[in-house]
This record gives sequence, structure tokens and C-alpha cells, in this order.
Amino acid sequence: MFTPAVAIAGVVMVALNFYVLFAGADFGGGVWDFLASGPRRQAQRDVISHALAPIWEANHVWLILVIVLLFTCFPAAFATIAIALHIPLTLMLLGIVLRGSAFIFRSYGSDEDATQQRWGRVFAIASIVTPVLLGMCVGAIATGGLGMTSFTGHFAEHFIWPWLTLFGFGVGLMTLALFSFLAAVYLTVETEGTPLQNDFRTRALCAAVAVFVLAFGVLALSWRAAPIVREGLMAGSLALPIHIVTGISAVTAIAALWTRRFKLARAAAAAQVTFILWGWAAAQYPYLLPPTLTIEAAAAPSRTLVLVLWALAAGACVLFPSLFYLFRIFKLQGRS
Amino acid sequence: MPDLFAARSQMGVSLAFHIIFAVVGIGLPALMVLAEHRWRRTGDAVYLELAKRWSKGAAILFAVGAVSGTVLSFELGLLWPEFMKQAGPIIGMPFSLEGFAFFTEAIFLGIYLYGWNRISARAHVIAGVVVAVSGAISGVFVVIANAWMNTPRGFTLVDGRFTNIDPVAAMMTPASFPMALHMTLAAYAATGFAVAGIHAAMLLRDPTNAFHRHAFAIAILMGAPAAILQPLTGDISARYVAQQQPVKLAAMEGQFVTMRGAPLRIGGLPNVAERRTKYAIEIPHGLSFLATHDLNAEIKGLNDFPEDVWPPVPIVHVAFQIMVALGSFMALVALIVLFCQWRKRDVVTVRWLMMAVALSAPMGFICIEAGWTVTEVGRQPWVIYGILRTADAVTPMPGLIVPFLTFTALYVFLGVIVAWLLYEQVLRSPRGDDVRANQSRAA
Repeated sequence: MFTPAVAIAGVVMVALNFYVLFAGADFGGGVWDFLASGPRRQAQRDVISHALAPIWEANHVWLILVIVLLFTCFPAAFATIAIALHIPLTLMLLGIVLRGSAFIFRSYGSDEDATQQRWGRVFAIASIVTPVLLGMCVGAIATGGLGMTSFTGHFAEHFIWPWLTLFGFGVGLMTLALFSFLAAVYLTVETEGTPLQNDFRTRALCAAVAVFVLAFGVLALSWRAAPIVREGLMAGSLALPIHIVTGISAVTAIAALWTRRFKLARAAAAAQVTFILWGWAAAQYPYLLPPTLTIEAAAAPSRTLVLVLWALAAGACVLFPSLFYLFRIFKLQGRS
Repeated sequence: MPDLFAARSQMGVSLAFHIIFAVVGIGLPALMVLAEHRWRRTGDAVYLELAKRWSKGAAILFAVGAVSGTVLSFELGLLWPEFMKQAGPIIGMPFSLEGFAFFTEAIFLGIYLYGWNRISARAHVIAGVVVAVSGAISGVFVVIANAWMNTPRGFTLVDGRFTNIDPVAAMMTPASFPMALHMTLAAYAATGFAVAGIHAAMLLRDPTNAFHRHAFAIAILMGAPAAILQPLTGDISARYVAQQQPVKLAAMEGQFVTMRGAPLRIGGLPNVAERRTKYAIEIPHGLSFLATHDLNAEIKGLNDFPEDVWPPVPIVHVAFQIMVALGSFMALVALIVLFCQWRKRDVVTVRWLMMAVALSAPMGFICIEAGWTVTEVGRQPWVIYGILRTADAVTPMPGLIVPFLTFTALYVFLGVIVAWLLYEQVLRSPRGDDVRANQSRAA
């Protein structure tokens, strides 16, 4: 069972996991920039921008790693995804370009209020739209709508209906809620000892409720929309343990926010999101693109897989110390 | 607009846009770290101002480069799914390694930009060096992936399918070294000349301005040697093209007839219908000599190949002429500048030379765009040279004119804003208070 293909699929999930935990929170920061309100509105925006600036580009690279691993190691799946999800992926790319550019234009552009506000608006809206589209793409994969192999025939049938579903939209909203939740929880730690901490605590609790509601909504929608994933979520051998640990993390995160143990809340929130992601992966296993394409069937020749595993091992030796150094400088040393 | 043409146009626009940011992302960090190094050595606050300005430039360009690069990594599949399906396992290796180089660059750029007061002076300079080096390595890996498309190796073709794949051999194709070398030097030459040229233009009006003088000195130090080496690395490239892609060479030169002692054409316009290149200055035996280092070597003409494997000949020929002409001009200017510096003349006072440098400011980038046109349009009609036609790789998705126009509009818009920001934040003469602030910080 533990083949090179499965190992690399695991690495893809790990990279996606890091993307969600780090870059996801950066998108969530944009959401809270959009929703900044109250007397400390400007201060909220400043702290979000301050938190993102040194790290968002590094966080973004996880997505590139996911894409590169997909096309190198699972080319058949990548080609199908790229064809069937052309429209949402293109829209997501527009969001990625606009968010990154607007953020940097705001950081380095003129200090005039009008300019700052204009780029801030673009940054915030792109931060909201992009995660929804990302979630919709994931939702489309989970529904099993990408199983087709020929693309002749009706346009909408091939290029729109596979991803534009209520279930997909639900997954999109849930992605947005999860990213916002992560961002708000992380920001409570970043604003230790300031009145802003309360602002973000309230926001984190609201987002937690949204995640809870949407999670059940998506599960209900999966009943008809995503039978394979639903089956895995309800009856798979790992289903129960994953539900239990997800539930424990969620309750811990809320309780820790409530009792103001923010570092614990941060760890629990990250764990919760991680378990949700792996719950999806476990439910879908062994399919990469349900209902037909398995990890093994989509995999590149083993020569490539083994080489990529070596490259990943070597790359990790450079990457993780560098990342640790980055986060130690900006996130663990306290704010200056 | 047919979908294939729209897809090719979108890919072309995306690459043409991204390559500028990728190139500056290689060159500018080197300038920024040189300036910081000089500041730490001399204590001259102007150097600190330069390091800060250039790091701002690097930050803006890196961000736009990172997102436009992300678009490209998706577009490989969004536009050419069949190509990626077949080629992914073979050329994924350099892309995977590039991923890590890019990661390193992003991490250390964050540390460099926001770590001025958080880490030691030594660590800060090292972070800058890591950004510059990983940027260059990242570029080399991407070029190696492209080299495979031009000279595919590392597989056995059975019934049109790749079997017996060897990703390591696929990285070491005949094109890999010449292309990587020529492109990396191009990045230093283009960035160096662009920065030196802009500051030269400002020095023409304000010759004693220390900010522009220091900027010019560092930038020309990087740009001039690279520009002088470019014709030599170009020669290495030309010889691999002559061996591996004879159709491309014939298109570059507008050579229709196979002959010994083929002439080198300067200028001219190939007429495909009449199968000859008009209005060119021809240097006898020049092409045979340059392509093979033998005056009488036989050069295959386009007529020896079926027309359905010809690239668009006029585009390739004209792009090649532009690259060679502007590249030669830059190399000449670079030689004169270095000669003046060797004779201890103050280059800034030689007005005509400063005008020439100012004139060369955009040339490196025009050369790069033209050079990529030669490489990529010259590879047509193949996406994998000799194996997979571009037309067979395109997505079945219809209506591709929509994303093409959307991305074109977006990139034009972003390009204008970036240009304005660079002027405001990086190139504009500093006000007295900018430098004074640094002086007090340095003290």
C-alpha cells in the first residue's frame, strides 16, 4: 500500500496543508481587512498588514509546490483538472495576481489615503474571492464530476456544471470561513496585550461558529453531491477517529479563545483545520479524482517518482531550516 | 480568433510579462546587496539609500513576478494539458528544484526587506546574497525545462508515447548549458544596463548628484562585463541551434537555399512566398563560419524541409536581427565604458558615452524579448521539438480569446502601475531628507 505514488500524494497533501495553514491565514487577513470596523479599524488593518508583509510570499510558494508535484507526478490528473476546471482556476489566478499586486502596491505606494484605500479594497476583495474559488475546485474534485475523459459535446456540461454546484459553493464558503478563522486566531497572538486582541478574539469566535454551521451544511450537501467522499466520511475505517480528533480540536480552540489562552487556541485551530483537510483526503483515498482515477493510475513512471522523492528530501533540508529562521525572526521573537 | 492562436498569444503575453520580472529578480538583488556591502564598508549614507531603494524595487518586482509566475505554472496545464500530461514526468524535475530555489528566494527576501533591525549586519548581507543566488538558480532551472522542449532527451519514443523516462538525462540536453548561460548573463546585462542607463540619463542633467553617480557605478559594474560576454555565449548557443535545430537556424538567418559557405545576413526581410530574403547586407561565408567555425561548411536551407515544419520565418529572422543588433551595441558601449574606467577617466563627464548608456537602458530587455521570440517562435510548430505539435497540445476548452484578452489587459494595467511605482520609489532623485534620515541612522 505504501508505494512511491502514495508517498508523493501524501507530500502533496502536506504541502496543501501548509498552504492552508499559512497562506490560508494570509487570505483570512484580507477578509478581516475588508471587515475592519469599530474605533480601532485602522489599527486592525495595520496589524494585519504588518503580520503578512514578511511572510506572505514564502507562504504562497506552497501552492506552486502543489502544482509542480501534481504535473510532475500525477500528470493525468493534472491535465484533467486543468481542462475541466479551466474557468474557476483562471478566476482564482486573477484573484491571486490582484491580491498580491494590490498588497505590494499598498505597502510601497504613496501614503495618500485615497491610494491606500483603493489598493486595500482590491486586496481585501481578492482575498475573499480567491479562497471561495479554491474551495470550489476542491469541491468539484470531491464530487467525482471530473471523471470524464473526452471533452467533445456540450460546453456547460464539461466546463461549468462540474464545478458550479451547491456543494462546491458550500466547500468554497467553508474554505473562506476556515481561512478567516485561522487568521483571526493567529492575530489574537500577534496583538498580545493590546485592545486589538479583543477585536480579533470576537472575530475568531464568530468565524468558529461559521465554520461549524458550514461544516454540517457541506456534510448534508455531500449526501447527494459527493457520494464517494460522503461514504468515506461516514463509514471509512479512519472516519471515526478523524471526526473525534477534529471535534476535540474545534472544542479546544473555542474553549481556549473563551478563556483567553491564545497560544493554545492557535495550536488547536491549526490542528482542527489540518484534521478537516486530512479527513477529506482519507475519505477520498485511494482516488485522486473520484470516481475512477486512483493515485496509482494517475501516477508518473516510478523512476520520476523516486527521483522527485529524493529531490523533496534534499529540498526539505534547505526549506525547513530557512522557514524556521523566517518565522523565528518575525513571529517568535515578539513584535518590535 | 482561433483558439490555438489565442492560447499561444496568452502564453506569449504571460511569458513576455513574467520574464521582465524574473530577470530583474535576478539582477536587482545583486545590486542591492552590493550597495549594502559598500555602505557597510564606507559608511557612506548614499549607499544605504541605494540599498533601500533597490530593495524596494526588488520587493515590488518580486511580488508581481511571483504571482505572474504562479499564473504560468497553472497556464502550462490550462492551455497545454496534453503537453503537460506527456512531458510532466520528464521535465517536472527542474520545476521541482526550481520550486525550492524560489522558496529560498521568497523566504530570504522577506528576511532581507523586513529584517534590517532584527538580525545582525552580517546575517543581513548574507540574506541578500542568498536572495541573489537563489534567484539566479531558479532562473537556470526554468531555462533547463525549456531547453528540453527545444532538444528533448531522456526517453524512448514508442508509438508516440514516452517510455523509459530518464529525468536526469532530460535536464542535460545539448541546449541546457548554452541557454542557461546565455539567459543568466542576459539577466545581469539587461538589469545592469537598465539601471545604469536611467541613472546616466539623470546624470546628464545633474552630473554631480552623488546618488545617481553611485547608482550608475554599481549598475555598470554588473552590466558591462555581462554585456561583453553575451556575444560569446550567443555564439555557443548558435552552434547548438545549428546542430540540433537546423530549421530554426535557417529561419533565424532567412536561409532558404542549402549551400556551402553561406553568407551572414544583416537586416533583410524573408519573403516566404518567393523563398528568398531581400534587402539584407550579406557577409560572404559569415553564417557558415559563425554556425560551425568553418568558412565552407554546408548550411541547410529551409527549402530542404517540408513547409509544415517551418516556424514563422519573418518573425524569427527579424527578432534575431533585433537581438543581435542591440546586443552588439550594448557590448560596444560596455567596452568603451570599461576602457575609460581603465584609463581612469571619469565616465560621467563623457557626455556622448553617457547618452549611449542612457539609450541602452531598454535595450537589454528588448534583446531578451527578441531572444525568447527566436527560441520559442523558432521552435514552432512544435511544443516538443520534432515530437509533439503545439496544435495537438492545446486544451479543448473553447473561447480562449476571453482569458487571453483578460490577462493582457490585467498585465498592461499592472505594468503601468509598476513602472510608476519604480519611478516614485526607486529612481527619482532622493530629497535631502531621505539621505539625511539615513545619515542619522548610520551615525
